[in-house]
Amino acid sequence: MASRSNRVLPGFGLSLGYTLVYLSLIVLIPLAAVFVKSSSLGFEQFWNVVTAPTVVASYKLSFGASLLAASINAVFGLMLAWALVRYSFPGKRLVDALVDLPFALPTAVAGIALTALYAPNGWVGQHLEPLGIKVAFTPLGVLVALIFIGLPFVVRTVQPILEDLDTEYEEAAVSLGANRWQAFRHVVFPTLMPALLTGFAMAFARAVGEYGSVIFIAGNIPMVSEITPLMIITKLEQYDYAGATAIAVVMLVFSFTLLLAINGLQAWTAKRTGRER
Amino acid sequence: MSIQVRNIRKQFGGFTALKDVSLDFPTGELVALLGPSGCGKTTLLRIIAGLESADGGQVLLDGADASDTHVRERQVGFVFQHYALFRHMTVFDNVAFGMRMKPRAQRPSEAAIKAKVTELLKLVQLDWIADRFPSQLSGGQRQRIALARALAVEPRVLLLDEPFGALDAKVRKELRRWLRRLHDELHITSIFVTHDQEEALEVADRVVLMDHGKVEQVGTPEEVYRHPASPFVYGFLGSVNLFHGRVENEAVHVGGERLSADKVALDAGSEVVAFARPHELNIVVSPEDASGVPARISRILSFGVTARVELDGLNGSSGQIFEVEMTREEVGQLGLHEGQAVRLVPSRLSIFERGVTGVPAPAAPNWEI
Repeated sequence: MASRSNRVLPGFGLSLGYTLVYLSLIVLIPLAAVFVKSSSLGFEQFWNVVTAPTVVASYKLSFGASLLAASINAVFGLMLAWALVRYSFPGKRLVDALVDLPFALPTAVAGIALTALYAPNGWVGQHLEPLGIKVAFTPLGVLVALIFIGLPFVVRTVQPILEDLDTEYEEAAVSLGANRWQAFRHVVFPTLMPALLTGFAMAFARAVGEYGSVIFIAGNIPMVSEITPLMIITKLEQYDYAGATAIAVVMLVFSFTLLLAINGLQAWTAKRTGRER
Repeated sequence: MSIQVRNIRKQFGGFTALKDVSLDFPTGELVALLGPSGCGKTTLLRIIAGLESADGGQVLLDGADASDTHVRERQVGFVFQHYALFRHMTVFDNVAFGMRMKPRAQRPSEAAIKAKVTELLKLVQLDWIADRFPSQLSGGQRQRIALARALAVEPRVLLLDEPFGALDAKVRKELRRWLRRLHDELHITSIFVTHDQEEALEVADRVVLMDHGKVEQVGTPEEVYRHPASPFVYGFLGSVNLFHGRVENEAVHVGGERLSADKVALDAGSEVVAFARPHELNIVVSPEDASGVPARISRILSFGVTARVELDGLNGSSGQIFEVEMTREEVGQLGLHEGQAVRLVPSRLSIFERGVTGVPAPAAPNWEI
């Protein structure tokens, strides 16, 4: 170091060095390997693999359903967190514990359970069938599974912020003449927005990569209900490692771009609201 | 606008916050609700605002029963202890909030809002920070913005909950003076809650002293300071020296020693507590003097204009600590030094019969700072 710095916290060099090495070993090097492996294809071949009609259809399903699931989770996760923080009701602790279940459950178990429920002869499926609603083995089933696994992310990121939010702010809003909705819309919601965005991003990221719980309920009909991770697995099973990594690269770039955009949005709201300058 | 509260009761589980409180707040006055923490003053303020509902009793605003009126319709300006400024809004948007939340038909135009906000920010002398966020302001500035925000909706009364509680001593003093001046300009009926007696006495037109959910005394600062109605009020409004004694031969005796020569109109044998402010105690050095309570000087603090002498009680009042205020010259003349045994003779005593009006426990007057 050129200049001697007097930091209060010691060990900056050590901790940063450790962080970088660790991140490289665990995240960057494996991801780089994906790029290296896929580059063995050559551009034309790569392009053919990643733009094959079934693969393109799977992108649409995977990213579309994930975005939709994360949005739905953002709305209902916020409501759930609100109910858990603001009200007391019998069995509240049980509900609170239930929220984490999608985290803990092996994804295959979730997949089997959902399929059993929503299959045309399942508990829920048999009632939906006469209405013309098919859930299992359709894109709708994929959506249901993705909502299931993404819910805890939103609840668990919004909950602590909501707990910290003093009711004083709402009281102030109401004493200034705001009605309940205005107090929520103008005072509570903007405060929760950054956490909600984080929860949304995490739910989305998890949904894009989800395999286990989706694969059972999706039915995996080509061009209709095949998700991108399935395309990768299929390629792997055919020992087409280069092809599998090619699709992985596309997913990676997509996901990274979207997460970057969400982060940017977060930074923008933070800046706009004076949390950082 | 005048405010009356009638027989207000409030219970939180097993804890009684307010016991049958009735008070009148006349139009245009600045009133302080003063008392130790947990005495119910903030609860009373929140009930007046409509943020809390009473278990019984009425709140009358301008003579009309407002008990069932929602906070939104009460037109009260409430300033919270921790300001409760909206963090994600600029100072301007914070102050404009109340006007922007009005139903469309009553909402002023953006230009009118801008003019009003600018005017209010000028009033609180902060028009130069309109586009900052609350996190970028100092505590005193936040407090003034909170006040401007409350005034923006043209409230009929202004309620302030510990308005200076979270500020440091210097800013606090400045803001006190500033609030007083502001009130003199606006003449809006205002109530503020505080646990700081100096603040209450200095700022308010009238002081309401509360303890354990009851009103102990109401009066001008001068009245309550000079003529405290109860031992609690006496102890709360400044430093005191406390003597536990009994009446014998028409004089107060503490542990066999006569406290003062003044005659007392109480029955012989009654148990009393007597109070004297630090400047109302004299130190007598001659040991042969018959009256006064014996004590030993433990410390002499002589930095400011007056010297403060701390003493430990002897004999009947051992274990007690006394405090005497005198000029530095007197300390020199008497030749006082630490460790010296002296007698304390009060020049003025306030005597209350024991057990009559909730005499505080010995050595525990409420020293809340």
